[in-house]
Amino acid sequence: MPSRPMQPTTHLRPGFSRKAWISLGLVLVALHLLPWVIPNVLHVMIMIFLYAIMGQGWNVLGGYVGQFSFGHSVFFGLGAYVSSLLFVNLGWSPWFGILFSCAAGIVLGLFIGFLSFRYGLKGPFFALIMLAFAEIFHIIAMEWKAVGGALGILIPLEGNSPALMQFMDKEPFYFITLWMMVGSLYLVWKMEGTRMGLYFLATREDHDASEALGVDTFKVQMVAMAISAGMTAMGGTIYAQYLLYIDPDSTFGLANSVEIMLRPIIGGPGTILGPLLGSVVLTPLSEITRLAFQSYSGVHLMIYGLILVVVIMFLPNGIIGLVRNVFYKMRKRAG
Amino acid sequence: MKNNSFLTVRNVSKSFRGLDAITNVSLKLNPGEILGLIGPNGAGKTTLFNLITGFLRPNSGSVLFLGQNLMGMKPHEICKMGMARTFQIVKPFSQLSTLENVAVGSYNRMSNVKDVEEKTWEILKFVGLDKRALDPASNLTTPDRKRLELARALGTLPKLLLLDEVMAGLNPTEQEEIIDLVRKVRETGTAIFIIEHHMRVIMGLSDRIVVIHHGVCIAAGEPRVVCEDEKVIEAYLGKGAYLAEN
Repeated sequence: MPSRPMQPTTHLRPGFSRKAWISLGLVLVALHLLPWVIPNVLHVMIMIFLYAIMGQGWNVLGGYVGQFSFGHSVFFGLGAYVSSLLFVNLGWSPWFGILFSCAAGIVLGLFIGFLSFRYGLKGPFFALIMLAFAEIFHIIAMEWKAVGGALGILIPLEGNSPALMQFMDKEPFYFITLWMMVGSLYLVWKMEGTRMGLYFLATREDHDASEALGVDTFKVQMVAMAISAGMTAMGGTIYAQYLLYIDPDSTFGLANSVEIMLRPIIGGPGTILGPLLGSVVLTPLSEITRLAFQSYSGVHLMIYGLILVVVIMFLPNGIIGLVRNVFYKMRKRAG
Repeated sequence: MKNNSFLTVRNVSKSFRGLDAITNVSLKLNPGEILGLIGPNGAGKTTLFNLITGFLRPNSGSVLFLGQNLMGMKPHEICKMGMARTFQIVKPFSQLSTLENVAVGSYNRMSNVKDVEEKTWEILKFVGLDKRALDPASNLTTPDRKRLELARALGTLPKLLLLDEVMAGLNPTEQEEIIDLVRKVRETGTAIFIIEHHMRVIMGLSDRIVVIHHGVCIAAGEPRVVCEDEKVIEAYLGKGAYLAEN
């Protein structure tokens, strides 16, 4: 039976074949069975999904619109701090707090975006603005005693209380992160086939040509910034609830910005699956090197550096780019 | 008369750090007209286009399009009013397909993805790029890239089309094809403002010609008249050049 598209397909909005939908469904089912099959990989899986979500956030701005951010940890940290502070000080459930985190991320993102995009900042200039903002928040979090200072925030353990997003087991977090990750994939997939999605790409390719064709590049970048910041901030909340401890270095630190941006860059920037693929490759690697070189902190960063150099030299479009190239060549040889 | 004119450029001046690029240029374009803009290299032709389309702001003077003052408007707003341009140095969205490139323009006038795709295919067929529709723009040859510039601008369904040297770097056959396209575009009622260096092309195509030199408008009028103008011959054509070409 020839595979029929499930929805009206155009070249501007490509749909999936029935086969693709079925295999996607099978992967999802397999992922739902995983906690009972191999329960001891759950921590790594949670971290894979978490960084895939935040990598997807970075990807919307960096991969699709081409504005490379060197300070996405600012949204991550803000998300982690906002929900944690609301919980510790006011007793608000993180389920509620995550919405505030998302909103705070969007507001901050729009503020930074307004400052940068109004003047047409691009490339290294925008990257440095983001780096500067991450560092500002890092220092504030370090110095301001009311938000925990350098010691950070210890989220009080309330036992197994789903209403407060606290669980004794890892399974709930596994499903939360899995479904948030699926949600982020769905959002970006939906976005790709819309006018705004095409405007994102056009803006990345050439600002002037986009403007000449009626694209409001300022607005396009602001929209991307809002989606990107909100998604990353929500990841921050989940991270805080999962580890129940946050401090300025592990949230607002530069290392975290690198962690977030490396995944989409290695997986394939500007592609739907890039951040997830990058996370599948990098997250286990970082967990293993951290365990193996416990007494030498920072070794995993050196390994990251090495991988980054290799990827940028040989795979400018990430793993997805490599796969696409292989397919292209295979099809050429076949046809 | 002034108020109901199509495009009016009034005493526009622009200087870059004291260097006068455009000085007191005024011109007028009528609906459905093809107006040629010629002048030596560095005369300020592209600068004038940038001033009209909102990429640059003039130091003084104003530009009126369809009775509205364009001063302070951004390029995308001017595009939405019905003015489209091409770039002298082509700017394809390299990683997007040819189809997507043109669709960016078409999305200005319609939002339904099916309508956009239909319109885009129609334009691609019109300029002869339909066979390359699904290839990435980075794979296109130079003549095809020039065509793509034109196609994208046409995608915005312009009332006025500004063409900045769309024929530079093309051989005579390819030029002929573009000239045909430009004529066909005009037949649909679109006015055209065109910068071109090839005198043969501009003489055959334009209804009127404007000549600028060192940022100053030195002549304007019908092609024949302009070509016999002493100042134009001295500044641009060289003595006997026009006669030699014909």
